[in-house]
Amino acid sequence: MPITGRRRNKVKGVQFTIMVVGASGTGRTTFVNTLCESDVLSHKEIDSPETAHVEEGIKIKPANVELEEDGIRIALTVVDTPGFGDSIDNEFAFQEIMHYIERQYDDILAEQSRIKRNPRFKDNRVHALLYFIPPSGHALREMDIELMRRLSPCVNVIPVIGKADSVTPKELKAFKKRIMEDIDHYDIPIYNFPYDVEEDDEDTIQENMELRSLLPFAVVGSEEEVEIDGEPVRARIYPWGVVEVDNPHHSDFVRLRGAILGSHLGDLKTLTEDVLYETYRTEKLSRAVNADHRDSQLLPEDLASQSVRLKEEQLRREEEKHAFQLREIELRMQREINEKRQQLMAKEAALRNLETRMTAQDSQTSY
Amino acid sequence: MTEEIRAQSYVGFDSITQQIEHKLLKRGFQFNVILVGQTGLGKSTLINTIFASHLMDSKGRFTADEPVRQTTEIQAVSHVIVENGVKLRLNIVDTPGFADQVNNEGCWDPIIKYIKDQHSAYLRKELTAMRDRYIQDTRIHCCLYFISPTGHSLRPIDVIVMKKLSEVVNVVPVIAKADSLTLEERENFKARIREELIYHNIRLYPFDTDEDEEEEIQLNESIREVVPFAVVGSENNVIIDGKSVRGRKTRWGVVNVEDPNHCETHLQDLIETTAQIHYEAFRSKQLLALKEGVNARPAANTAQQ
Repeated sequence: MPITGRRRNKVKGVQFTIMVVGASGTGRTTFVNTLCESDVLSHKEIDSPETAHVEEGIKIKPANVELEEDGIRIALTVVDTPGFGDSIDNEFAFQEIMHYIERQYDDILAEQSRIKRNPRFKDNRVHALLYFIPPSGHALREMDIELMRRLSPCVNVIPVIGKADSVTPKELKAFKKRIMEDIDHYDIPIYNFPYDVEEDDEDTIQENMELRSLLPFAVVGSEEEVEIDGEPVRARIYPWGVVEVDNPHHSDFVRLRGAILGSHLGDLKTLTEDVLYETYRTEKLSRAVNADHRDSQLLPEDLASQSVRLKEEQLRREEEKHAFQLREIELRMQREINEKRQQLMAKEAALRNLETRMTAQDSQTSY
Repeated sequence: MTEEIRAQSYVGFDSITQQIEHKLLKRGFQFNVILVGQTGLGKSTLINTIFASHLMDSKGRFTADEPVRQTTEIQAVSHVIVENGVKLRLNIVDTPGFADQVNNEGCWDPIIKYIKDQHSAYLRKELTAMRDRYIQDTRIHCCLYFISPTGHSLRPIDVIVMKKLSEVVNVVPVIAKADSLTLEERENFKARIREELIYHNIRLYPFDTDEDEEEEIQLNESIREVVPFAVVGSENNVIIDGKSVRGRKTRWGVVNVEDPNHCETHLQDLIETTAQIHYEAFRSKQLLALKEGVNARPAANTAQQ
């Protein structure tokens, strides 16, 4: 499948960025290291117990690595998100990820608007986000639903089940089915290997249908090797058996790797650049034009991404408005009262005048 | 030291032990356990495995139109299990919704409140009920806290909740779905957890009391060495070496739940021991603590009585 972006320097390779998101312990780091066949990411530092429980919040760390897949060189950037889902309140972590993705869009938007563009500008837009679902075996949790729902509009989200060797094949099948039902039910627009029945050829349709049926990909990662039949094999060793990472019967790892680094790399990039980014760009530019009116027309996704502070500000502004309105009413009433009082006083004065005149007249006539 | 007297002829009071035993057996033992942990960690399956019967259903989400729970709920089921004439009244309290939300602040409050309420209810009944009447005991004897098998360390929520729970109930930490960890990962994980529990001063069951005999202290020590327990649950049977055992079948092997190398079944012994031997000690301690608390608020209680 032709890969767009070939106009770039062949020596440097194709640029591709993936982001991995998932709570610690879902197999994220191991997956990346397995994917890149080297220690790209370091595992969570097992510090002393004093610091281990401290809520550090989320850290967003990009790392670069050179890969070769099917003869094509890839300059891969992997963005890890350690700390996600580890806090008691994870709302903030969501914002951080969202902002990171949007910042890359902002950067390129600014760059494209320059008169004199920087030829060495690095495009850091995230082409695919792999979300690691913990292998509970049930269905999606609120965390999973919220994250995928909020991020799907701005990045290609591919759901992945990490540590898939904790479920049996039967459990896995049911688990996958339930997850896809949930994704359908909550209308989450994940990247599902789209194909056009009319436009694409038979092979492409077949391939995409197959990959779609594997969703969410159940992966097992390992940085250790064991010898099987004289060959070193990446695997996990249990007392009851050995799980082979590259064995398609044991895990979907090979299919996933082939898809995102090979057959669908181009598609993921195109979708990001031509659809997701363009949508963001249009939105942002039109927002800049009608600044005030836009507030009430924000997309539900954007509303959802407003931070708690913004909501508080809104509330405060409303309160102030109400207070101001109340004060206005008060002032108006005061004015009316004053007017009435003045009228009354004027009438009283007139009355008194009349009285004095009348008594003056009386005294005169009594003469 | 009082002098022991031997009666000159048979009196017949040696049958008291039999009478007490008979009464206890008739009444049965009461054991109440609460399960705390995120959805999908195998809580229900574990209980069904330990007691070898389908006692509870999982409270997870299994269909798309089932809503996500917004708070921690408390759901209790009761069962009576009979084995060789010994009756065990089992009360299992599940806590669906715990730690399942994006913001989990305070999700442990309903649990703490429930445990404390059971204590207060029992104390009130004990102070007012007639002495020889059997009081329905809903107090929690043991709390199984399920730790997710991340392989790293405890999460902030684990530390906070275990600490708070250990102040009101016996906490037994359990590493859930331990079959996702290799033996090496399991040992490292356990060591890390033990370190953290000690660092945070989280008191776990079993703890030695002054009245314990040598034998009990030994037992406690040996149990402490295995804590947290790495467990694997299964309600399904698999055939291993011609025998039918409870296990999990995967494409690369079969996990035997009853094999101590695969799953630590000390947990079963622990629960039985808790129920029988240490129950009384725990009971008196808790009552004492509660009475002190009650005496601090005399007005409220006398009004209730």
